[in-house]
Amino acid sequence: MKSRLLAVLLATMLFNLAACGKKDTAPGADGAVVVKIGSIQPLTGPQSHLGKDNENGTRMAIDDANAKGISIGGKKVRFELFSEDDQADPKTATIVAQKMVDEKVNGIIGHLNSGTTIPASKIYFDAGIVQISPSATNPKYTEQGFRTAFRVMPNDVQQGKALGDFAVTRLGAKRVAIIDDRTAYGQGLADQFGAAAKAAGAEIVTRQYTTDKSTDFMAILTAVKSENADVLFFGGMDAQGGPMMKQFKTLGLNAKFLMGDGGSTPEFIKLAAGSAEGAYSSLPGLPLDKMPGGKAFGDKFTAKYGQIQLYAPYCYDAVSVMIAAMQKADSIDPAKYLPVLASIVYDGVTAKISFDTKGDIKDGAITLYQVKNGKWEVLETVGGAEPAK
Amino acid sequence: MNWSKLKSDRRIAYVAFIALGLVLAVAPFLVGAGLGNGWVRILDFVLLYIMLALGLNIVVGYAGLLDLGYVAFYAVGAYLYALLASPHFGLHLPAWFILPLGALAAGMFGMMLGTPTLRLRGDYLAIVTLGFGEIIRIFLNNLNSPVNITNGPQGISMIDPIGAGGASLSQSFELFGMQVPGIYAYYYLFLAMALLVVFISLRLQDSRIGRAWVAIREDEVAAEAMGINTRNIKLLAFAMGASFGGISGGLFAGFQGFVSPESFNLMESIMILCMVVLGGMGHIPGVILGAILLTVLPEALRYIGPLEEFFFGRVVVDPADLRMLIFGLALIVVMIFRPAGLWPSKVRRREFSSEAEVLAHEQEALYDASK
Amino acid sequence: MDIFLQQLINGLVLGSVYALIALGYTMVYGILELINFAHGEVVMIGAMVTLAVVNMLMASGVDLPGLMIVAAGLLVAVAVCMALGFVIERIAYRPLRRAPRLAPLITAIGVSIVLQNVAMLIWGRQYISFPPILPSTRHDIAGAGITDLQIFIFVLALVLMAGLVLLVQRTRIGRAMRATAQAPEIAGLMGVNVNAVISFTFILGSALAAIAGVMVSAYYGIAHYYMGFLLGLKAFTAAVLGGIGNIAGAMLGGLLLGVIESMAAGYIGDLTGGFLGSHYQDVFAFFVLIGVLVFRPSGLLGERVAERP
Repeated sequence: MKSRLLAVLLATMLFNLAACGKKDTAPGADGAVVVKIGSIQPLTGPQSHLGKDNENGTRMAIDDANAKGISIGGKKVRFELFSEDDQADPKTATIVAQKMVDEKVNGIIGHLNSGTTIPASKIYFDAGIVQISPSATNPKYTEQGFRTAFRVMPNDVQQGKALGDFAVTRLGAKRVAIIDDRTAYGQGLADQFGAAAKAAGAEIVTRQYTTDKSTDFMAILTAVKSENADVLFFGGMDAQGGPMMKQFKTLGLNAKFLMGDGGSTPEFIKLAAGSAEGAYSSLPGLPLDKMPGGKAFGDKFTAKYGQIQLYAPYCYDAVSVMIAAMQKADSIDPAKYLPVLASIVYDGVTAKISFDTKGDIKDGAITLYQVKNGKWEVLETVGGAEPAK
Repeated sequence: MNWSKLKSDRRIAYVAFIALGLVLAVAPFLVGAGLGNGWVRILDFVLLYIMLALGLNIVVGYAGLLDLGYVAFYAVGAYLYALLASPHFGLHLPAWFILPLGALAAGMFGMMLGTPTLRLRGDYLAIVTLGFGEIIRIFLNNLNSPVNITNGPQGISMIDPIGAGGASLSQSFELFGMQVPGIYAYYYLFLAMALLVVFISLRLQDSRIGRAWVAIREDEVAAEAMGINTRNIKLLAFAMGASFGGISGGLFAGFQGFVSPESFNLMESIMILCMVVLGGMGHIPGVILGAILLTVLPEALRYIGPLEEFFFGRVVVDPADLRMLIFGLALIVVMIFRPAGLWPSKVRRREFSSEAEVLAHEQEALYDASK
Repeated sequence: MDIFLQQLINGLVLGSVYALIALGYTMVYGILELINFAHGEVVMIGAMVTLAVVNMLMASGVDLPGLMIVAAGLLVAVAVCMALGFVIERIAYRPLRRAPRLAPLITAIGVSIVLQNVAMLIWGRQYISFPPILPSTRHDIAGAGITDLQIFIFVLALVLMAGLVLLVQRTRIGRAMRATAQAPEIAGLMGVNVNAVISFTFILGSALAAIAGVMVSAYYGIAHYYMGFLLGLKAFTAAVLGGIGNIAGAMLGGLLLGVIESMAAGYIGDLTGGFLGSHYQDVFAFFVLIGVLVFRPSGLLGERVAERP
């Protein structure tokens, strides 16, 4: 039995060596220096559709950069994607993070969730590798004092405040109901939204909860109905938001329905099955077609990978800003381009990107949308809340 | 090969023992050099899961109580460590104090679960333990208001690493002029703890309590008739199993530096149960083998991408799509061909096969005076 | 009052879906004393196949009423799931019939993982929406709303359950099922083809699962390759609550669980003065389950069976 085990171990070891060997010899072919970009997203499990979307956004940015033929430090470079699955599981995330460090990647795009981003960030910090998360919104991520940690998505505090102000000042909310999905994202955003709405003078009449796997919201919506709320905010994703909107209409509620970036997808409209009309949502940054290169990105992505799920543009920006920093620093060494990245100002497809001292995106603008005629239409862009603390 | 002969020869046993010790001692460096530090971290998790699987083995394997909520005890240990050694409450108690406390707390939770379920059998017990696991997870996920205890779904970050007297295991240390990362230090800590757990399991197995557990597993009514206090003995199984889970949880929290409720979901319980059953219920080497395989396999399957390239010249199916599929298939195939587990104990093997080899073995054992 | 009635309606509709799935668990358990953990995945496959057929028909531009299109999808799904149930039993459970009790549990988990990932390969990772082609007119009863679809789901579930009871109590194969459940070996001696009965049970349970899958996806308008896990778990809980192995128990347990969840979500906040909210709805459901089992260790309608060796 032991010998069998040893054989298994040896076999995997050989595969790995073989794989490594191949990777090392490949770049010699065109004489370019290989820059390794790691992408870690959940590619299996319930959130894998978002993870795959992130991977696609990252891949496209890398392909585009390679097409441009970039030279850094006087040598032609070729960017290569190293993609791994973290299963949205914190334990797996740290294992994969360690592998990326072994692989000596030059930068990391990931992870999707806050729960995986935070434990992995320590490993990247210890190894001095730059990490840009496209979608983790937990404020804790950048509060750990890791100078390697960045994100291109405003954190919960920033977005929640913009949404709370919008609900009260623009939607005239007086009686606000809040539902969240008990995930780090949904709960964090809902809490910040509630605090902001309260500060702006609205009353929180009820707080209800669901999970990120639920499909039945009739009971909690009935409870919301009994409180006569005029705005219902849901902190969660489109997969719950869409059906919730549908059941909301089934029950005959007439409050305004508001979500954060998790709801701002075409998927939401599809899942609400004809009931989405009038729903509000927000998305960090500016609308794609308002940004230089944004429309081109959107069209090209759709042609290549199908509909954008959610965070692909942010991944695209994360890679692009990382590469821009490398070019500006004229080095692919994380230690060298990190200070440049920290002070860079870059026009991405989602926003003008620059980071504050903690690594959060500075002065992130947030755009509000409403469903009109079965499509998300831009309502307005609010100039971004003050970054937290 | 004739294992019992080998075992009976003390000299060979000692040599094997020392060889095994040597292998274990240098394993992280071999693995780290051959496969990278990522695999050293996997090795750390293998040891962690060995502890968990052995803990569950007491409940499921020895006492025959099907527990689908084992991860609750892991969570209790992890959160206790996180709460007492992180900026969340501003407490920074030392690890040598919290770890035993975690074991104790988890053990108490084990009794709490055991008490109302004493009368339940088989699958009824399974669903109640499953519910218990979910209840603990839901509380951890929601106890951020009205009073913030667990910080809810956001989890607790910046947990102190395990260490003593100002030195922490997470720092890299220098050895023979080489910078060695913290995961190596954790390996030796986890190894020591795992060996302790193995030792306790072994001693329990051959003790009066261990035999009482087996008696309950085989026939509860008969066991009671033989004068075994089934209530206490069952509660003891829950408490012992849970305390192993509690220790592992504390180690996990210190090792990761971050805990959140998503680490303690039902799937985790099921995976630990799979380790126990797949390896060979009630048989310590089997359970260890199960823990190793089920931790290593999903990681090893990450290489199917390069493998596909090797065989087909390109990636035919996205490896991420195939990984879990193969894992599931492996579970089915192994159980069909080895229903009693990969490495069952001799008694169980005898129960489920009538092969001549086993019969011959029995005959032999019958005349073996040293047995 | 209308809020209470509304919660009751919500709960009964949800519960009737649980009950249909729970029947699959309970029938298999009654005969094999085996928890078919892959049952939730069969529900998922049923929903996915129906959606695939519905979307295909819609895309091909056939001009049929919505109900007909869904019915066509349902027929295909039931056929596929019956075949699937048969195959699952043959591959994953039959070889292990004499194996230790927990071995089939592991293969069931394996089957579950495999089915999920196969579904992911075929239908992708996205959530799939169910086109709104079923009538969903809303009626008002004493201040509470109920849609056509809700009525339809509830009635269909009741009809199916009644049919199942008739089948088990009044037909030849039903008698064979009962005999096998009581004592498989003796049933075999009496001329019952035990293997055929077991296969039939799996096929029947899977057909019900397929119908439940269609109901769930049509009702909530959503399907996803991961949806089976939670549904299966809830239905399994319902089956145990009612007394696993008992068909009437599964129905009762399902309906009860639905109502409990609904009421817990609606009222738990008021009952505890706002200390606990709807996030403890599952906790509440599990506490009820534990409470019931402490006083009735074999579930609500389960009989106290003597230990079988």
